[in-house]
Amino acid sequence: MSTEPAIRIRDLRFAWGEGPPLLEIPAFDLAVRERLFLRGPSGSGKSTLLGLIAGVLEPQAGRVEVLGEDMSGLSGSKRDALRADRLGVIFQMFNLVPYLSVVQNVTLPCRFSKARREAVEGGPVAEARRLLARLGLTDEKLLARPVTELSVGQQQRVAVARALIGGPKIVIADEPTSALDADARDRFIELLNEEAARSGAALLFVSHDASLASHFDRSVDLSEINRTRAVA
Amino acid sequence: MTGILGLAWRSLMNRKGSALLTVLAVALSVALFLGVDKARHGARAGFDNTISGTDLIVGAPTGQINLLLYSVFRLGNATAEISWETYQEVVNRDDIAWTIPVSLGDNHRGYRVMGTDETYFERYRYGDGKALKLAEGERFDDVFDAVIGSEVARKLGYGVGTELVLTHGLGAGGLSDHENRPFIISGVLAPTGTPVDQTIHIPLEGMTAIHVGWETGTKNPYADTITEEMIRDFDLTPKSITAIFVGLERRGTILSTQRALNTRAGEPLMAIIPGQALAELWQVTGVVERALIAVSVFVIAVGLVSVLTSILTSLNERRREMSILRATGARPGHILFLMVAEAGLLGLAGAVLGVLVVQAGLLGLGPVLAERYGVQLQGLGLSPVDLWTVLGVTAAALLIGLIPAVTALRRSLADGLTVKL
Repeated sequence: MSTEPAIRIRDLRFAWGEGPPLLEIPAFDLAVRERLFLRGPSGSGKSTLLGLIAGVLEPQAGRVEVLGEDMSGLSGSKRDALRADRLGVIFQMFNLVPYLSVVQNVTLPCRFSKARREAVEGGPVAEARRLLARLGLTDEKLLARPVTELSVGQQQRVAVARALIGGPKIVIADEPTSALDADARDRFIELLNEEAARSGAALLFVSHDASLASHFDRSVDLSEINRTRAVA
Repeated sequence: MTGILGLAWRSLMNRKGSALLTVLAVALSVALFLGVDKARHGARAGFDNTISGTDLIVGAPTGQINLLLYSVFRLGNATAEISWETYQEVVNRDDIAWTIPVSLGDNHRGYRVMGTDETYFERYRYGDGKALKLAEGERFDDVFDAVIGSEVARKLGYGVGTELVLTHGLGAGGLSDHENRPFIISGVLAPTGTPVDQTIHIPLEGMTAIHVGWETGTKNPYADTITEEMIRDFDLTPKSITAIFVGLERRGTILSTQRALNTRAGEPLMAIIPGQALAELWQVTGVVERALIAVSVFVIAVGLVSVLTSILTSLNERRREMSILRATGARPGHILFLMVAEAGLLGLAGAVLGVLVVQAGLLGLGPVLAERYGVQLQGLGLSPVDLWTVLGVTAAALLIGLIPAVTALRRSLADGLTVKL
């Protein structure tokens, strides 16, 4: 299993409904523990690709293997379980459930995944606090506030803690820095890289901003791997 | 799933205002439903409790409900009377243990006057066999003594020794007052929670006495010249009475005695079994009760629709929340369960609150009603009906929750990981 890449895509084809194919990817790999930057302009199908990897969307053709498992060969509930157990997701913004506290937001994956609940030592709450502390969120007053009152930067760091809790093997980040200013953005990416490395997760970081590529092991342009775009 | 239940709870708490209003709407609708139900049972119990231990009620032929209503509940009027001779025949029957004569017709400031005799105080039973008790004073002894019910005493401020003037017939006081024959209150009865509380009891002889000179139905000009002393010397045996409450020697003969009285030769009589007449009354009122129940069930439906509305309107702003939950590992089942659980929690909270509102109302009113009116709210406390209502409303809310649940699920599946906002 350790020889399997974290993500392996072969001959993938996807279209929304009856529309023209949006993605046609002959081959794409993300190695274990690799930190990859995937660049693509808005509307190029980045988010769709992430949906396919997360098993929320199903391709019309081809294979999406996540940690050695062919997603299209799995039932919906198996895909859901796989995502819950092994994937951490960070969105562009509004990452947090408004009615949960900071800590409850971080422990959210442990509610849905037994594997991640059992992977943390000392219980999800202690682990959440440890992760938050590593991300510089230690102020008790701050943690006690409704998540909607946190700054965008703070919210994104909470989202990182949530993506990492319970040691998922892959972390997917979809434009997580687009709402941050330049300073905060660089610090955020450093933190994300550090913490992903510490927990041994592969990181797939998606953005339209090519200037971020230098922070990562490898950089891929979606238009290079996506045949439909190459033709267009 | 307890984790999701926690989510549902927090999500509702996040929308406290609208959740509270929804719970309130459900609570009020449930309270209305249970209130109607309790009122119905209370009214039935009240009527059922008014007379007990009386096996038969005998009167002139009329409808059995009518006879019951005017003789026991002082509602409506007798259309005909029973002659004293016939009454004596009934009294002397071997299968009859005791009889209470009832003579109605006059009133005092709206309270019915009932002529009767000592047997009334000894034999009349109400509730689960309770006898009448005097709160004050004693039974009537003199022709012009009166024993009043507790409500008469309380409302009119009367006590032992108060004089009262009866009014002929059931109209208001004035021209047809028996002002030349005042009665003196000798006793006040304890509250019973029955029409007894609203009745003024006088001896049958007193009833005859005040009607000396009224033989034609109105006062004749010479009536005032007859003094009280002269009246006392008259034979005051009544010519007729309105109804008879009958107690049998053996309850087993109830049907044969009833038949014998109904089919006897001479003056026609009608004998009814109080329970049977009440049952017939409930059949009549049942239509109204069912209509009320139907209306209150519809009100509950409206309450439940407010649950649906509250959740459906929240769905748009919660689209992002759903996709976060999906991304962090929530399965479609979790989303379904979350929505259904929210609806169920709203329904449950509303139903329980509704039950509490009704119970609090009963608890608050209970002592007052018992003390002042003798009305017992027993049997109106928590009942299986309350439990079934809570369960039913919760189940209906859960079922209704499937509608937003399916909507949310469809959307979250279509949205994928990211919502295009």
